[in-house]
Amino acid sequence: MNTVIFRTLAPLIVAIMLVFSVYVTLRGHNEPGGGFIGGLIAAASIAVFGMAAGVNTVRRSLRFDPMAVAGFGVVLAGISGLASLFTGSPFMTSIWFYVEFGNSIIPLSTPLFFDLGVYCVVFGTLSAIALSLESDREEDL
Amino acid sequence: MGGRGVAALGSSLEAGIGLAAVAPFVAAILAPFIQRFAGAFAGWILAIVPASIFIYLLGFADTVIHGHAVASSMEWIAAYGINLSFLVDGLSLIFALTISGVGTLIILYSGAYLKGHHHQGRFLGFMLAFMGAMLGLVLADSLLALFLFWELTSVTSFLLIGFDHSRQAARRGAIQALVITNIGGMFLLAGAILVYQLAGSWELSAVREMGEVLRGSDLYLLVLICFLGAAFTKSAQFPLHFWLPNAMEAPTPVSAFLHSATMVQAGVYLLARMTPSLGGTDVWTNLLVVFGGVTLIWGALGALKQTDLKQILAQTTIASLGLLVLLIGLGSTYAIAAMVVYFVAHAFYKAGLFMVAGAIDHEAGTREITALGGLAEKMPVTFIGAALAALSMVGLPLTIGYFAKEEMYLGLMSGEWTAILVMIVLIAGNAMLAGVALLVMIRPFLGEAVATPKKAHEAPIAMLAGPILLGAGGVVAGILPDWLGHEVLVPGASAILGRAVESHLTLALDVTSLLLWLSVLTWVLGILVYRQADAIRTVLRRFDKALGWTADTVFDAVMFSLIRFSGAVTRLLHHGQLEFYLVIVFGALAVALFGPMLIWGGFDWLVPTAELGDWSRRLVPPDLAPYEWGVLALAVLGLAAVVIAPSRLIAILSLGAQGTAVALIFLLFGAPDLAFTQLMVEILSVVVLTFVMTRLRLDQRDHRPFEDWARDGTLAVVCGLGVSLLLMLVLNGTLDTRLSDFFTATSVPIAHGHNIVNVILVDYRGFDTLGEIAVVMGAGMAVLALLRRQRKPAAAPAGAEGKKRVRKPRKAAS
Repeated sequence: MNTVIFRTLAPLIVAIMLVFSVYVTLRGHNEPGGGFIGGLIAAASIAVFGMAAGVNTVRRSLRFDPMAVAGFGVVLAGISGLASLFTGSPFMTSIWFYVEFGNSIIPLSTPLFFDLGVYCVVFGTLSAIALSLESDREEDL
Repeated sequence: MGGRGVAALGSSLEAGIGLAAVAPFVAAILAPFIQRFAGAFAGWILAIVPASIFIYLLGFADTVIHGHAVASSMEWIAAYGINLSFLVDGLSLIFALTISGVGTLIILYSGAYLKGHHHQGRFLGFMLAFMGAMLGLVLADSLLALFLFWELTSVTSFLLIGFDHSRQAARRGAIQALVITNIGGMFLLAGAILVYQLAGSWELSAVREMGEVLRGSDLYLLVLICFLGAAFTKSAQFPLHFWLPNAMEAPTPVSAFLHSATMVQAGVYLLARMTPSLGGTDVWTNLLVVFGGVTLIWGALGALKQTDLKQILAQTTIASLGLLVLLIGLGSTYAIAAMVVYFVAHAFYKAGLFMVAGAIDHEAGTREITALGGLAEKMPVTFIGAALAALSMVGLPLTIGYFAKEEMYLGLMSGEWTAILVMIVLIAGNAMLAGVALLVMIRPFLGEAVATPKKAHEAPIAMLAGPILLGAGGVVAGILPDWLGHEVLVPGASAILGRAVESHLTLALDVTSLLLWLSVLTWVLGILVYRQADAIRTVLRRFDKALGWTADTVFDAVMFSLIRFSGAVTRLLHHGQLEFYLVIVFGALAVALFGPMLIWGGFDWLVPTAELGDWSRRLVPPDLAPYEWGVLALAVLGLAAVVIAPSRLIAILSLGAQGTAVALIFLLFGAPDLAFTQLMVEILSVVVLTFVMTRLRLDQRDHRPFEDWARDGTLAVVCGLGVSLLLMLVLNGTLDTRLSDFFTATSVPIAHGHNIVNVILVDYRGFDTLGEIAVVMGAGMAVLALLRRQRKPAAAPAGAEGKKRVRKPRKAAS
């Protein structure tokens, strides 16, 4: 698998996949996509990157432990649900707010952050599994 | 109680009672910091909390003595009609005053007893938390609140008994107490729920009016068993008494507080509280009198067996608890009056004696009664405290113990044979307790001075305050029978019985009365027991040895067999053979799929009953475009390839191809989201499975023996068939479209999203998703843990026969 072609192309593929995963996640509310799929795509890209560049390189470039990213995702999703408590409505009631940015209006909402949390969990967990399967040495796990 | 009214409620009252309930817990949290700050003075500072609660509660005395009760209620779980309600009546006020009063002295005492102990702050915290729980228990009006506080006392008691956690005996005592009292707690919860079902209210004040309903119900016996189970475990009734002596592993202040005057009295309190609701029947009387009587005699004999001061006192506590239960069982006005007075008397003298025992241990270095003597000279004040308490325990006139005894006997003067029998038990028990009291008072303090491990000297004032004040209290109460009668006995007994009670306590001794002579008989027998204590001890110990086992050893045997049993179950189900787990999981899936179909006739639609011709109409090939057929063929081909693949890698890839075909089907039939996800899952599964294969160093080929192959194949086919049938069955019914209509209609207007699937995931069903992602993460951590262990071949479970490990360089496969 470790051919020169693969190793050369892999970073490109990974970059495209990562950007695409974010795109898929963000558009998820109105078109096919969402945090779960986005997370899967990103995790797949990490798996590919791990094969091409080696686990250590991937871990270093990730900066955060993938499981920590997953944990952050759960917390983020939970907190986005808690926000509604301040408006006196039940847990997880969605709140929408619109930010004007130049000429366009960007809708932000608590479900968006919830979806980002899902993205982080799926991405983190699956990358962690993929990376530890790919790694050879005990200390990489 | 005829003119029983409830005092007007006010927000200040609720705040006050709420504050009294919360204050000990707040103090408990602050205790370690205060201790670090104030050091030796921590006891004095923290004692302010129970002392102020005591004074606050005294403020209710006037209302309660006039036959009123004070109630306060806060909404707790409104949806189920559960309130955090408190009730201050005669019974709860006596208990609450005892708890906070003795608690004040105990906190003071603990400050000195554990001076310099590096966990003293923690200890004081536990003590205060326990006190809060105990106060809550006796003041609670709601059965559920009572249960909650009941369990809290068990937990705090566990912490306190196991305080000296580096000793095995302390840990064992703590676990034993927790196990036994928690079994009781479960009984209490069951009983509370049953009472709620029968009486329709959680409030004890309402339940007591429903006594007729409860006693007349078919479930009465069950309710009774539940409450007796709770009370007998907590109050250490025979044969569940054995945890109490083992709880003496706790530091002495704990024994003085929890295991004499408060926690173990919770069972007695519960029985007294339930008397109007459950009491008065033959079963009630018989069970309580028999168990109480046996416990009384057993505990008194146990006390004579011991030489350790604390153990002696623990056994007498068991005896006293038996006596109290017996008196509640008798249930007559005199018996209940005696119970109230005896409870107060016991709290005075037993807590005092425990503190004396602790002081002796602290200053002389031993608690062995045989190794002590002549301490009165060196510890005169301690001796006075011990003597006052012991004389009250003997029941001499001018002490409160005297009245308790008189009242007991008074109720049994009817002359029936049952009454005479109970009287004999009472006299025997009281005589033995009197003998033990003399033993505890005389042996360590009088006689020749004996060299003790430590050079004995007087205890510090904080440790003397308790015994002296409590001992003096017992005498003062004994000198003021009018006060005792009207301000303690009447409100207490009236609250238990639910009707007005007269007091007739008097100091006058009537020489012609049989009652006095019964008392004299008790004293004489008590002196005899004291004189023959050593001989009795030898006989009892020989008897014990002959018996060979105790309730304690039975408990151990039960616990160990439980552990062995759970070990056996774990080994059976959780033996580490992954194949077996998978077989179980898929077997269970097959049962779950086919079971309901068989039971509720899911096959009916498949098998046409009337006309066989129906089959042809069912089997019409669907109208599909050629490329759709192509996709279906791809799926079938992929499946076939998985089965016949020569190597594992090819099988994994074929599985991926088959999954991709399924994803295409989703895409063609209008579920792009699903298709998208399916595709990604397929890609990742191929990658992950391949890596798993290389990581586990599995052989390229699958060498399964035929039996395994047949078993796995059958399971696969059965499960696949089951899922297909279930799906067909589901499609056969009419689809309830209410939810999907709702989602379609509201997705854009209220959730601002056009992708309904996603809106459902992150908004409508967001809570589910939150749970799911938590599970995903948990599963991920489990997978990582498994992978991490993989590196130690010795510890790793042996693979099934077919999956032989091939030792070759790991890189070879990639």
